[in-house]
Amino acid sequence: MAQVIIDTGNHIAGFACRAARAQVVAAYPITPQSPVVEQIADLIEKGEMDAKYIMVESEHSAMAACIGAAVGGARAFTATSSHGLALMHEMLHWASASRLPIVMAVVNRALGPGWNVWADFSDSLSQRDTGWIQFYCASNQEIFDTIIQAYKLCEDERVFLPAMVCFEGYVLSHTSMPVEIPDQKAIDNFLQPYNPPWLLDVENPVTHGSLIYPDWYMEFRYFMQKAMENAKKLIPEIDREYGRKFGFEYGGHIERYRCEDADIILLTMGTMGSEAKVAVDRLRKNGLKVGTARLRVFRPFPKEEIHKLARNVQMLTIVDRQISYGMEGPLFTEVKASLYGKEEKPLTVGFIAGLGGRDVTFLDLETMIKRSLKWLEVGRVEKEVNWVGLRE
Amino acid sequence: MVTLKELSTEEYFLPGNATCAGCGASVGIRLAFKALGPKTVFVVPACCTSVIQSAFPHTAFAVPCLNIAFEAAAAAASGVVAAYEQRGVKDVTVLAWAGDGGTADIGIQALSGAAERGTNFIYVMYDNESYMNTGIQRSGSTPYGAWTTTTPTGKKKHKKDVALIMAAHGIPYVATACISYPLDLISKLRKAKEMKGTRFIQILAPCSPGWRFPTEKTIEIGRLAVRTGMWALFEIEHGKFRLTSSSKALIDKTKRKPIEEYLQMQERFANLKNEGVLELRNWIDKRWENYKKLQFDV
Repeated sequence: MAQVIIDTGNHIAGFACRAARAQVVAAYPITPQSPVVEQIADLIEKGEMDAKYIMVESEHSAMAACIGAAVGGARAFTATSSHGLALMHEMLHWASASRLPIVMAVVNRALGPGWNVWADFSDSLSQRDTGWIQFYCASNQEIFDTIIQAYKLCEDERVFLPAMVCFEGYVLSHTSMPVEIPDQKAIDNFLQPYNPPWLLDVENPVTHGSLIYPDWYMEFRYFMQKAMENAKKLIPEIDREYGRKFGFEYGGHIERYRCEDADIILLTMGTMGSEAKVAVDRLRKNGLKVGTARLRVFRPFPKEEIHKLARNVQMLTIVDRQISYGMEGPLFTEVKASLYGKEEKPLTVGFIAGLGGRDVTFLDLETMIKRSLKWLEVGRVEKEVNWVGLRE
Repeated sequence: MVTLKELSTEEYFLPGNATCAGCGASVGIRLAFKALGPKTVFVVPACCTSVIQSAFPHTAFAVPCLNIAFEAAAAAASGVVAAYEQRGVKDVTVLAWAGDGGTADIGIQALSGAAERGTNFIYVMYDNESYMNTGIQRSGSTPYGAWTTTTPTGKKKHKKDVALIMAAHGIPYVATACISYPLDLISKLRKAKEMKGTRFIQILAPCSPGWRFPTEKTIEIGRLAVRTGMWALFEIEHGKFRLTSSSKALIDKTKRKPIEEYLQMQERFANLKNEGVLELRNWIDKRWENYKKLQFDV
């Protein structure tokens, strides 16, 4: 029987790890991720979860141990944040190029200095090119559902890549919400046991990750790109299948809200997507034809879906909780790149908001939309990149 | 102690591998395979063995092998061990096989962590006393006075004692060995194989291109390292220290050969002056005084 519990995003990630029947967890504590690993340690010690927890001495070792575990035939899980994820960077490449379906919860947190433990996407978006699939969640329910879905996706033989399931520190990690935990048998039915074709097995000796010369290297990287393209196709399918079975569906790559007849769409990621719905409802009451969309998957980037979203609107307002220094918000860049060369192309404007945990409220989002509407009226964006609420 | 007759005639380190001529490390690999048998899984970080095993799509290893980043051997091996435990895979030895740079320097954090957790594996540090794979740069395990490409006038610091660092973790088995003493080496690997928990073996593996000696002298150099006391063969089993093989008699200082016999055979020590030789001699004496204490303390 499914049951509804009220708990924090971190604990829900721990429950999802158990529900996915992860066999090896290797993790190192970091604020604000620590309750994930405390929860898993507690579940294992109480005998309520059957897994080995390797209490490694660093995040670099956490990912190395997950790699060893996955090659050794175990479903592997870890969780981290911010500096921990940055320290893992080398092993992120190793995991994806080894084609290992490791799933990792990333509790999004800014990087220092100065020390800052609050939310933004600078940690995970800095890892954009590591070959990891990246999901971004907007509720604790979505954290649970996405972790289960991520294993299903990553372990598909057309994919065999690792995935990050990202959610914002404190905003979700330490906030309690009701979450429906499906029946375990139904989850087991949805997610079959991990059975990779290339174990470290003494009966069938294989060498993994050996020296590879230029005449072979590129082919392996091309296979990774194909795997990402396959993942792009599978993500909406898995989302729909999960929705049919468990009642929670998130629109595949992009969750849309009141977009059908909208002139302007506010595009966000993470929990800003929830605030954006409030902003849209308020503006709709004033007769403004606005909608909002929330990008759930940053890699593989759903270019085609962005194009579909943009096709019938006059303006796209894009909010980034991250800045790529010397350029702009990375979501803004990707969206424009997706639309370049298309005939029906809306005006685009970018906003940088919520760095280092600064709140992004529906009022802020309303202001962004209103400012965009002014530029839409004159048919020209006066300032392409706008920092929100900045002391200047 | 095993005898030559008992050794397997099977070869798990196959021909066509990519070793340099006279490679000491590859002798170690061959002996390790013979000692541990086919139910062994190798975990290899960046080191000479990354090349020795040969390149995709070939391999010279007849056992499974996981290659991993430089500092990550002990951590990755921990993951393999955990997966096997969770999946009920038994009777397989997980062997991390790392060089001195990957152990004494960049990999020591992961190794210390794995040892503290009591990870059930064997970790071998094959010690060729420099970053040989990257072209002979000094490591924490390079001896005093040795030329490397980053110590052009000779290293000014002594070699780090990794075996005793590992012993300080209180793990069940720590040993040193040398590829020139195959029966001692194999006996130690076999003993380690029968034990549980973290087992650490540091194997001296002379390197012809790095130490600058003729390729046919590898075994002889290893023997001289032991006979002069530059390298000691010992084991620490459940905290009990014991000198082994040819090192046993050398606790008596007068039984050791003059260090010059070892130094003169290698061009890496060519620039070492008399004071340098004296410095090394004093260092050896101090180490052996410590071994004496360890032997009597336990």
